Amino acid sequence: MSDNRIIYLDHAATTPVNPQVLEAMLPYFSDKFGNASSIYSIGRESKKAIEEAREKVAKAIGALPREVFFTGSGTEADNWAIKGVAYANRDKGRHIITTAIEHHAVLHACQYLESDGFEVTYLPVDENGLVSPQQVQDAIRPDTILITIMFANNEIGTIQPIGEIGKIARERGVIFHTDAVQAVGAIPINVVDLNVDLLSMSSHKFYGPKGVGALYVRKGVKITSFMHGGAQERGRRASTENVAGIVGMGKAIELATQNIEENNKKLIELRDRTIEEITKNIPFVKLNGDRYKRLPGNVNFSFEFIEGESLLLMLDMKGIAASSGSACTSGSLDPSHVLLAIGLPHEIAHGSLRLTFGVENTHEDIDYLMEVLPMIVNRLREMSPLYEKVKRGN
Amino acid sequence: MYSEKVMDHFMNPRNVGEIENADGVGEVGNPKCGDIMKMYLKIENNVIVDAKFKTFGCGAAVATSSMATELVVGKTVDEALQITNKAVADALDGLPPAKMHCSNLAEEAIRAAIDDYRRKNGLLPEGSENNACGRRCDDIHHHFEDED
Repeated sequence: MSDNRIIYLDHAATTPVNPQVLEAMLPYFSDKFGNASSIYSIGRESKKAIEEAREKVAKAIGALPREVFFTGSGTEADNWAIKGVAYANRDKGRHIITTAIEHHAVLHACQYLESDGFEVTYLPVDENGLVSPQQVQDAIRPDTILITIMFANNEIGTIQPIGEIGKIARERGVIFHTDAVQAVGAIPINVVDLNVDLLSMSSHKFYGPKGVGALYVRKGVKITSFMHGGAQERGRRASTENVAGIVGMGKAIELATQNIEENNKKLIELRDRTIEEITKNIPFVKLNGDRYKRLPGNVNFSFEFIEGESLLLMLDMKGIAASSGSACTSGSLDPSHVLLAIGLPHEIAHGSLRLTFGVENTHEDIDYLMEVLPMIVNRLREMSPLYEKVKRGN
Repeated sequence: MYSEKVMDHFMNPRNVGEIENADGVGEVGNPKCGDIMKMYLKIENNVIVDAKFKTFGCGAAVATSSMATELVVGKTVDEALQITNKAVADALDGLPPAKMHCSNLAEEAIRAAIDDYRRKNGLLPEGSENNACGRRCDDIHHHFEDED
């Protein structure tokens, strides 16, 4: 590899826009600039493009086009789903079930509702980050109005038993939302088979543009409107549509789901090779997340005796872009809530490294990673007073 | 987010290691908080002639440790005790606000190592506690209520 190349191993953070996606978007910034609410031809053209994108998104998850609402982000979709269902159904009850390892878009939305008279149960997870359908079953009360459980975890990649949870929720008549921001485009999803009532997604996680997401709302589910204004998104989410973004999201999801099997075969190969080589070549490491029920492109390790931000800075100097759950990278006091929830002690959680692969990564990238990473870990450990104690055996 | 000087001291830290039979050793921080700094001093005629460190922590923690060792060498014990966290941060052309606690750690590590030296040499009253160690995360970290 050349010295200037960046090896991007942070696809769970965001992905580059696919050139075909960009190409599909470009006319909607210039020639086809019409407001989709306008009656004349360039307005109608924008409207048509939005509806075509809606069909693509619906098809990718097995939904009807009228069940898909475009939003400004995955976070917005999560907030809308949770607050919208809570407020529309508050006469039925005020209890919500979620897990301890949700994205902050879900956790903080739930905490907000707690401050407004709702009660939230945060289900704990096992050491691999899994919640069991039985736990969900046991947590349901007569006043439970919403279950919100993420499809796949953004940090440790663990995939939850969404189908089984959906079945329970449907049987008990409780609305079920899943934050599928990390899962859409990465693993096959059918909302009908899985009994999912609402599902959040975000375009930039599957090679689409940033600033656009979508919420699937099953027909008949009661939800308040997110934005009040014009008639866009059937009045549920007023705002002049981000036409280019929506077109890009449609194209991106079409491409991602078309190639899902082929892409995953490659990603799983890269993932498994990396897990194997890190385990074999670096002592005092721990794989975080379930070994098998995990996203095809996700690797997450804790390296004992070192701190994550130092590791990221040194990897960055070598041209490798990755991420960590250490407190120093989150700007807060504590390391990642996900790593703490799976039972890691603070000091081990501080030393985590997340590598998330994408379609453009190759085995050469892993060769280079494995050339650099053991050296860096060793260098930081030689500098660490914690490692010194282990070497001395006390 | 880091100055060039911080990155230089992080990538090429000065004085990493241990001093055998050091005259003063100080360890501050807590693995729970994600940073521990251990400083070794060699002191002759009340002057610090050598300093080494080992640090578990982020880029700023390593860089401040490195800079702290550079700042103390050649100083008398009393002069070294005058080194403030701000002096360490300034010598590194500043630290991001969220990382200022790392410079506190450096100041405390110097103090802890000197306390150890004084205790060993009967320069501290018997039983006087080293109060630099064992602090809680909350004492040295800033809270960010609005991290988002």
